[in-house]
Amino acid sequence: MSLMKRISLIFRSKANKALDKAEDPRETLDYSYQRQLELLSKVRRGVADVATSRKRVELQVNQIEQQAAKLQGQAEKAIAAGREDLAREALTRKSGLASQITSLKEQQATLQGEEEKLVLAQQRLQAKVEAFRTRKETIKATYTAAEAQTRIGEAMSGIGEEMGDVGLAIQRAEDKTAQMQARGQAIDELIASGALDDASQLSAGDDISRELDALSSGNDVEAELARLKAGSTPQAIEPAQSGDILATEPEAVRTEGENTEGGRA
Amino acid sequence: MIVRILGEGQYDLEDHALDALNGLDNQIERAIESGDEAMFRMALEGLLAAVRSSGTHHDPDTLDESDLILPPPDATIEEVRELLGDEGLIPG
Repeated sequence: MSLMKRISLIFRSKANKALDKAEDPRETLDYSYQRQLELLSKVRRGVADVATSRKRVELQVNQIEQQAAKLQGQAEKAIAAGREDLAREALTRKSGLASQITSLKEQQATLQGEEEKLVLAQQRLQAKVEAFRTRKETIKATYTAAEAQTRIGEAMSGIGEEMGDVGLAIQRAEDKTAQMQARGQAIDELIASGALDDASQLSAGDDISRELDALSSGNDVEAELARLKAGSTPQAIEPAQSGDILATEPEAVRTEGENTEGGRA
Repeated sequence: MIVRILGEGQYDLEDHALDALNGLDNQIERAIESGDEAMFRMALEGLLAAVRSSGTHHDPDTLDESDLILPPPDATIEEVRELLGDEGLIPG
């Protein structure tokens, strides 16, 4: 186990270096115990932070799923009104949302995984800290400073390794959460701007709209369009509502429709 | 023998169970040298899976040091290089 042996040695030496030694070795015990309690609070905060990020992603998934349902409704209305161009626009937009939802659900799963890992890390550290506390009291009650040295060394390196492990787990969880927060912010802004719920804004041409267009699968749209047309019966044309896809200026939509066709070609 | 998988905790393993994993350790080393992420992932997963299946959880209420510390399952080559620190792949 050459490589892994080396990793072990380096990890251990770093963990031991991190533990400051006091003049009276018995003071080292108290000092280290304080550090352990601090690390315990830190890992608890870490769990809470990751949970907050996960809940935020869940909220975004809900919001985007609602938008997708709304666009589906708009497409149905557009077909009923005989406006295939508008229906295509709405379905194209909806198809783009589907990939957003998939990506958000992956993030949600990753954050859930990190959260569970940290909860387990917290439990393991809790057990070690408790063991350390017991050992610390025994050492202080039983041994003189000179005698205590060896036993303190053992207790310290055992807890040091666990602290190094937990410290690394917190750092990894923080890194992953930070990455996702940056992406989450972009989605929040997109939702807030209303760009996701109004197909007429496709022509605004912001980066994410373009990305959504690129992501949308032409085949999915055509298949769903065909399904809608097959299932639709002639109905009275509903009056256009504010913010509704049907309220879009027909001319603008025709232009967008051509753009979309061009993008697929 | 006590083996720690970072992020997962400690396992008790028979010494001979560990000997069987030397091949995977060499494979991980080669993968890191050549930067072959796919080979690295496969070998690391194999190594960790073998530790989990042939080991039992070490009592968490002890302060025992591990004999061996292994990277977390989702570690990248880059992270393992960091774990190796300044020493890099060539020891000493």
